[in-house]
Amino acid sequence: MNFETTIGLEVHVELKTNSKIYSPSPVEYGDQPNRNTNVIDWGYPGVLPTLNKGVVRDGIMAGLALHAQIARHMHFDRKNYFYPDNPKAYQITQSETPIAHDGWIEIEVDGKKKKIGIAEMHIEEDAGKNTHTSKYSYVDLNRQGTPLIEIVSKPDIASPEEAVAYLEALRQRIQFTGISDVKMEEGSMRVDTNISIRPVGSDKFGTKTEMKNINSFNYVRKALEFEQKRHQNVLLSGGHIAQETRRYDEATGETISMRTKEGSDDYRYFPEPDIPDLNVDQKWIDEIESEMPEMPGERRAHYVKDLGLTDYDAMVLTQTKEMSDFFEEAVKDGGDPKRVANYLMNDVNSYLNDKQVDLPDTKLTPVNLAGMVKLIEDGTISSKMAKKVFKGILDGEEPSAYAKEHGLVQLSDPAQLQPIVDDVLANNEQSIEDFKNGKDRAVGYLMGQIMKQTRGKANPQVVTKLLMKSLNAK
Amino acid sequence: MDFYQTDLSQLHADLKNKKISATELTKETFDHIKENEEQVKAFITLNEDAAMKKAAEIDQQGINDDQLTAGIPLAVKDNILTKGLKTTAASKMLENFNPVYDATVVEKLNNNGFINVGKTNLDEFAMGSSTENSAFFTTHNPWDLTRVPGGSSGGSAAAVAAGDVLGALGTDTGGSIRMPASFNGIVGMKPTYGRVSRWGIIAFGSSFDQVGWLTRTVKDNALLTQMISGSDEHDMTSSTKEVPNWAAQLNDDTNVKGLRIAVPKEYFEGINDDVQAVIKSALDHLESLGAIVDEVSLPHTKYGVPAYYILASSEASSNLQRYDGIRYGFRAKDVKNIEDVYVRSRTEGFGEEVKRRIMLGTFSLSAGFYDAYFNKAAKVRRLIAQDFDDVFKDHDVILGATGASTAFKIGAEIDDPQTMYMNDVLTVPVNMAGLPAMSVPAGFSSKNGMPVGLQIIGKPFDEQTIYNTAYVFEQTTDVHKKAPKLGGQN
Repeated sequence: MNFETTIGLEVHVELKTNSKIYSPSPVEYGDQPNRNTNVIDWGYPGVLPTLNKGVVRDGIMAGLALHAQIARHMHFDRKNYFYPDNPKAYQITQSETPIAHDGWIEIEVDGKKKKIGIAEMHIEEDAGKNTHTSKYSYVDLNRQGTPLIEIVSKPDIASPEEAVAYLEALRQRIQFTGISDVKMEEGSMRVDTNISIRPVGSDKFGTKTEMKNINSFNYVRKALEFEQKRHQNVLLSGGHIAQETRRYDEATGETISMRTKEGSDDYRYFPEPDIPDLNVDQKWIDEIESEMPEMPGERRAHYVKDLGLTDYDAMVLTQTKEMSDFFEEAVKDGGDPKRVANYLMNDVNSYLNDKQVDLPDTKLTPVNLAGMVKLIEDGTISSKMAKKVFKGILDGEEPSAYAKEHGLVQLSDPAQLQPIVDDVLANNEQSIEDFKNGKDRAVGYLMGQIMKQTRGKANPQVVTKLLMKSLNAK
Repeated sequence: MDFYQTDLSQLHADLKNKKISATELTKETFDHIKENEEQVKAFITLNEDAAMKKAAEIDQQGINDDQLTAGIPLAVKDNILTKGLKTTAASKMLENFNPVYDATVVEKLNNNGFINVGKTNLDEFAMGSSTENSAFFTTHNPWDLTRVPGGSSGGSAAAVAAGDVLGALGTDTGGSIRMPASFNGIVGMKPTYGRVSRWGIIAFGSSFDQVGWLTRTVKDNALLTQMISGSDEHDMTSSTKEVPNWAAQLNDDTNVKGLRIAVPKEYFEGINDDVQAVIKSALDHLESLGAIVDEVSLPHTKYGVPAYYILASSEASSNLQRYDGIRYGFRAKDVKNIEDVYVRSRTEGFGEEVKRRIMLGTFSLSAGFYDAYFNKAAKVRRLIAQDFDDVFKDHDVILGATGASTAFKIGAEIDDPQTMYMNDVLTVPVNMAGLPAMSVPAGFSSKNGMPVGLQIIGKPFDEQTIYNTAYVFEQTTDVHKKAPKLGGQN
């Protein structure tokens, strides 16, 4: 029997706002527990939420980036449940009127393009964090109230590969808007999956299983592949799939049942009375749209059409906004696009991989990379010298000062080079003879002698020109 | 100091002219309170040391013209947060709760130099109509100590009626200011929803709750309400509308000539005869002063109480979830696990009425019941608001009784929640529509001599017309001059 797979993804994206969604506490990580909290975050008696407008703005921007319809009228809802990391015992979220709905993004798997629908996205608050020891349980509310957008896909995803492609495209687009870091490893992007399978041609979805908080794209793929296979095996052996939440075990590569859902949790949603309904006017949407940075697709087209890069190079450079921004900045600073691109894709990328850092965390600046590329272009430094200068600019050095200071400057002045050429020729009569007899090797030898005299600093192009001219004149 | 013989403006002048010092005034106030407390039991916490200290500071600093409440002793209902001063909501859950911040209304009063004499008793979490639901004790009505003071702001009302203070802060979710004002023969104003910040008020029904004053006189009420009103960045539901100087319009020229008064016929259904008689004669009196009295209909009134109890309890069930024994407040002893912390802390920490409403609200919001209960009640709420809108198209105020009866005997209704809830039939529709409304003393029952309140309902943010109407009534009658004789039967 052949099966087809249906996958739906729920992605939580943490926004990079300065303050929390309903309180003025800073959004900061790594601080002492409960430092970035106030009475609102504690769920203290008498407190009221104040909606951070920046979160609504970011939500609208995310909606626009995902081609979604923006709600013109919305309210917030309470989702009620008891848990120590949830101090009000309700989460303020959007249930009835999500900020955006009916969007899509395009993915490409095995050369085939496909649109994946986005059912809805809403803004809400994150919970705090519980830590347990053998004796005590601790509650840290620093994260409590951090703004999130939840993006719910339509069940349009038909394979684990498509799921990963969707997540990559989603991450890329959100990252380009600048509203979130979207980093799985830091929890600013979190993925819950739903998967079911059914016999090809069946008009009813199979029973789905859910997996929460899988922490890398690679594990999402592996977890979904495992579940897909497991569902098939169960069904083929005559069993039935239980609707449940499962956990992916990274060590064994298997999924494990966590709890069986008998019916669904009753969160007793109702409209949040402390936050007035919100009307979004077209003017505000237009304003946000005008602030929307170019999306990766648009950038790629621009790089190929206007800057002469290959499709492949354009794709690599737009993997992250940081890289793409860096590239554009360096080009604006006068760096040759092709050379800048090559440096970023090769030397810079291998440096980042080697050191396990992100581009913005290095001392490398676009203006310095552009400066170095210009030195190469105008012959001031050779590509060999450039390798040394590159080390300098990685440490934040200004390239032309660094090159000078370290004697990494080519001799390109004919007036300085001609006497050296003349000198070498005067001492190598035999080579001149060889040249006249058509032995091209002689030129190489003479070049070598000149380079030796200049300790490798002579600009080969200028030297070649001068040497040929002198030889031909003999 | 006999607060029945003076008012806010007079005391302010006396303090400024040093006819009396804030220290003397505060000392006398506490003497008076202590004398009454044994019988009335209006206060959960007295704030004597801090109050005396503050009074001494005021005496030293002197008083500016605009510091109307500087050196004036006033009381605060115990569901309003006072920094460093125990705030219990009359619940075991918060029996030893010392807030780290002041409610906005308290902050405003502090900035104006008021003397906080203490925190007044209420029904637990403001749920009730008699203070009998207080986890600590029941407050007695100064007019008849065998009777309830009404609720939930019963402690505030009794403190004012007993002459302890000129004014006390209350909160009104379904009538909790107006009803006790009516039972105690004093003035109680619930301003328009959004007029006064709710920051620092222990939430009950968030879309209904509003802070207001219980006072001896209409003018004091206008002055004090102005002081606590206005938009607050901490409360998104607070209104940015300008706050008028209502009291400035209360003078000898204030009149009700041509005032278009609507009297809903539904507001006389199920109302005790003695109350009806007082209200009818109050209406006749206003008519004789030139008001135009019209009978109208508010057809959805009868659905007000059930719909209110569904909606307010739903919000309460959610608002009270934070009392979970984890971060502050009561935690049950010898708990074994997290489930135990929640279940036992809440079972032991909340009183019966609070638990009844949590269950009612939780049920109304549950999957499968939401549409039949919460949603339907929300529809009724819109219909009730529409009723008011229709009447206000060609009327200035709506008048009726505040309560269906006068203050009842302690213990008479406590075992019958449904009868107890029906006490709110005339007050809850106002909260459903977010309107401003006041109870002003209208007279006394011919049956038991207890005070009867006249309810004046206004258009949204038109507190002025309410104050004008009440002021005229007050100034042209002697009702407000009568004081309870503590300890005796009236």
